[in-house]
Amino acid sequence: MSLPAVTPPDFPPPYPQGKPNLSPGQVVRVRSGAAPGHIRTPWYLRGKTGVIERICGAFGNPEELAYNRIDGPEVPLYRVRFTMREVWGDTTERAQDTIDAEIFEHWLEAV
Amino acid sequence: MPHDHHDHDHMSPSGHPYRADNDVPLSYWQTMEIAVRELLVEKGITTPVAVQAEIDAMDARSPADGAQVVARAWTDPDYKGRLLADGTGAMEEMGFKPDALKLVVVENTDTVHNMIVCTLCSCYPRTLLGLPPDWYKSRAYRSRAVREPRKVLSEFGVDLPDSVQVRVHDSTADMRYLVLPRRPDWTEGWSTDKLAQIVSRDSMIGVALPSTP
Repeated sequence: MSLPAVTPPDFPPPYPQGKPNLSPGQVVRVRSGAAPGHIRTPWYLRGKTGVIERICGAFGNPEELAYNRIDGPEVPLYRVRFTMREVWGDTTERAQDTIDAEIFEHWLEAV
Repeated sequence: MPHDHHDHDHMSPSGHPYRADNDVPLSYWQTMEIAVRELLVEKGITTPVAVQAEIDAMDARSPADGAQVVARAWTDPDYKGRLLADGTGAMEEMGFKPDALKLVVVENTDTVHNMIVCTLCSCYPRTLLGLPPDWYKSRAYRSRAVREPRKVLSEFGVDLPDSVQVRVHDSTADMRYLVLPRRPDWTEGWSTDKLAQIVSRDSMIGVALPSTP
């Protein structure tokens, strides 16, 4: 997995608010930034490309909640589906098996 | 001799080896929990009775609750439709309180097998299954379930043919997952109560199939 050695200057991006900007079926890439703090985007999925499986709704941002900033806006959350081949490459058990994970919108970019 | 233990010098009268007493100091977090709890009681924010009531409520939940939901979905197609479309609403319909989290129910079929993990910590559908088993919280399960799910399943006794797709669900945020296992063919005509008896905890996590009678 290739990750930048330092946090890129545009990271983290502004937290999205209100309505989701992505839709089911859309192809997205998980940002590969390495921001400090309480991040609920697993390392093994950063930089990986998947498909939005569903919109979960908007939820409190764990990156803010972890520091007791509880009044911030809710952020759209998605379930994103990745193939095992995308996540683990050729060493996977079966390429077409999948992993679904919940990812907040500011960690996703449309491909 | 009731048991086959060999170190006879360390046997209790029951024939079991003695277990060492846990005379170890409290950990940092155990001390912290006691200190915060005592402060909350001293300041009148909570009471020991209220704390115990919460613990009792947590212990009262068990996989039998999830099994009722599954058995109903197996016998009531309309309910199954609602459960898959809106897990939270369907569990509330049966009297289970979802807390602040949303329930997503994923269905096993003859071509899809679902399996639940929380790689980041130990998120688990506690409302329907009670407290998670220790192995669910272990680093081995949490890391291997996403890396080699078929091997993990095989260790649990579930060997899937290549024609079945494995879908792993990583509970990374506000969703909680319950697997709706496949209803076994040999249960035709069974009542909902009888069906609930064969729905095991592990089958609702997706690491087992419904038990055989």
